[in-house]
Amino acid sequence: MKAATAPVQRPRDARLLVVDARGGVSHRLRSALAEALAPGDLVVANDAATWPASLAGTHVATGEAIEVRLAGRASLAADDVRTFSAVVFGAGDHRTPTEQRPLPPPLGVGDALALGPLAARVVAVLGHPRLVALRFDGDADAIRAGIARHGRPVQYAHVEAPLALWDVWTRIAALPAAFEPPSAGFALDWRMLDRFAARGIAFATLTHAAGLSSTGDPALDARLPLDEPYVIPAATVAAIAAARRRGGRVVALGTTVARALEHAASQRGGLRAGSGVADNRIGASTRLAVVDAIVSGTHEPGTSHHALLAAFVSAKTLARVDAELEAGGYRTHEFGDSVLIERAAVRCGRDAAVARGWATLADAALAS
Amino acid sequence: MTHSEPARTALRVAVTGGTSGLGRALVDAFAARGDAVAFVARDAARVRSVAAAVPGSHGIVGDVASKDDAHAIALQVGGALGGLDVLVHNASTLGPVPLALLADTECEDFEQALATNVLGPFRLTKALLGLLAASARESRERGERAVVVHITSDAAFTPYSGWGAYGASKAALAQLGRIWHEELAPHGVAVIDVDPGDMDTPMHAAAIPDADPATLKRPRDAARELIERIDRERAAPRTADVP
Repeated sequence: MKAATAPVQRPRDARLLVVDARGGVSHRLRSALAEALAPGDLVVANDAATWPASLAGTHVATGEAIEVRLAGRASLAADDVRTFSAVVFGAGDHRTPTEQRPLPPPLGVGDALALGPLAARVVAVLGHPRLVALRFDGDADAIRAGIARHGRPVQYAHVEAPLALWDVWTRIAALPAAFEPPSAGFALDWRMLDRFAARGIAFATLTHAAGLSSTGDPALDARLPLDEPYVIPAATVAAIAAARRRGGRVVALGTTVARALEHAASQRGGLRAGSGVADNRIGASTRLAVVDAIVSGTHEPGTSHHALLAAFVSAKTLARVDAELEAGGYRTHEFGDSVLIERAAVRCGRDAAVARGWATLADAALAS
Repeated sequence: MTHSEPARTALRVAVTGGTSGLGRALVDAFAARGDAVAFVARDAARVRSVAAAVPGSHGIVGDVASKDDAHAIALQVGGALGGLDVLVHNASTLGPVPLALLADTECEDFEQALATNVLGPFRLTKALLGLLAASARESRERGERAVVVHITSDAAFTPYSGWGAYGASKAALAQLGRIWHEELAPHGVAVIDVDPGDMDTPMHAAAIPDADPATLKRPRDAARELIERIDRERAAPRTADVP
């Protein structure tokens, strides 16, 4: 697949490859996502706003230039902005592919980092010369102001122009929580939400701290995704229960939504409203408890996002999807095209309604 | 709050132009009843001073007229409050001071009035809409709406000589609010106009230097009335909700 290089969230020709529960594949316009879903379905989106998590600065002891990419924090609590995990690069910026970025100077506990108006110290090195925990000086308001003014959105060499926050905030961006945009949500605009409502498709949100998608370092990339805090509102848990009662499907808009919902469902007592930290990996061996279908970007085999799709369909179907994306000239990365993949039909009685398939349900709704 | 009042969930409120006049009075009044308040103003020293004077408030330095500031402000509002139930677009500019006839109004002064009084509120509502809509989804069970307030003026509707840039920009703001309200009602977000009347504020003094302050409303009283209105709007029945 070729990379989408223009930072446009909703190109008119953005495409959606749809895989139904029986493995049938169709090609649609992503702007017609509402029409690809069925009345009664519930779309759950990640409404995280994205931090400008790339902080340019210097390693004070050596005077060397560094780029710090904030990558995680322990919770989404408002005051919890002092300590972050972060990936540190040496001199340069996003225009150099991450694979070619130099290491930072050797980082040790206690090292001071000057990041524009922000001052921070390394409080731990996390098993890799690029991965640290850092702690900012100052109170929470000052730290947020410093990040808001000095930070830039994390970006990669396939998009050359510097991104602004409005390029990476989805139309529903709410709490600052993500370190890279929850980009499946780029598909949404408010007209689409109205279209969902008109078709009887419910909509709910959760907030999940989507982390870095890549560091360019194989050892570090193998550790992604890092643990990611999330918050699930009570209204969303109620919306999922209501969708279940009416036989509608739960459609996760993005891998982060699937990760949060499946993590929450795996805890004692099952899916509950509240906060958690997702440390799960979703893959071929995952038995999905909540999510019936997923909308995601088009991902290259070998990435954690691609592996997650194997929870929904067989390896054989996934290989066919990859071939269709390649043959169809689909674009990849955060501003690229999308897939809508329904969990393969199966397995237990509860899935009977699901197994009827997208096209069948949608056609029935249109005919009625 | 006295013990006889029923328990009330504290609101998360953002106020622009929060260091003087009505905005400052709103920051004081919301904070006094236990609401979490973030306020925005351009002058860093005054922001620091108000934040220090009002415990629990969050001061944000930014210019609502600047496109570059809108998302930085929104990030700090959401981060500080953990959500947003009420947004008051109070920051405002007169345009040319002293007030000028339209024929004497410089284009740049008019553009500045539109940037502060119309485009600024548009951008900030847009950048904060995710938070407001999330608040509305979460409070749907309680029947509560998120509320956005545009501060308007009778100069938006009455053609007072000398108030061209201000009056035209406030008229645009009023129409902007009515259309927002139509479009956001299904999502549980109410957008309302409030005309607080002539108040004893620095802005009024700049417009009409020889006005007798004794004839003007105190910002504190205007803030109390405005908060009562917000509470009523918040509790007003929600219609045409999305499923």
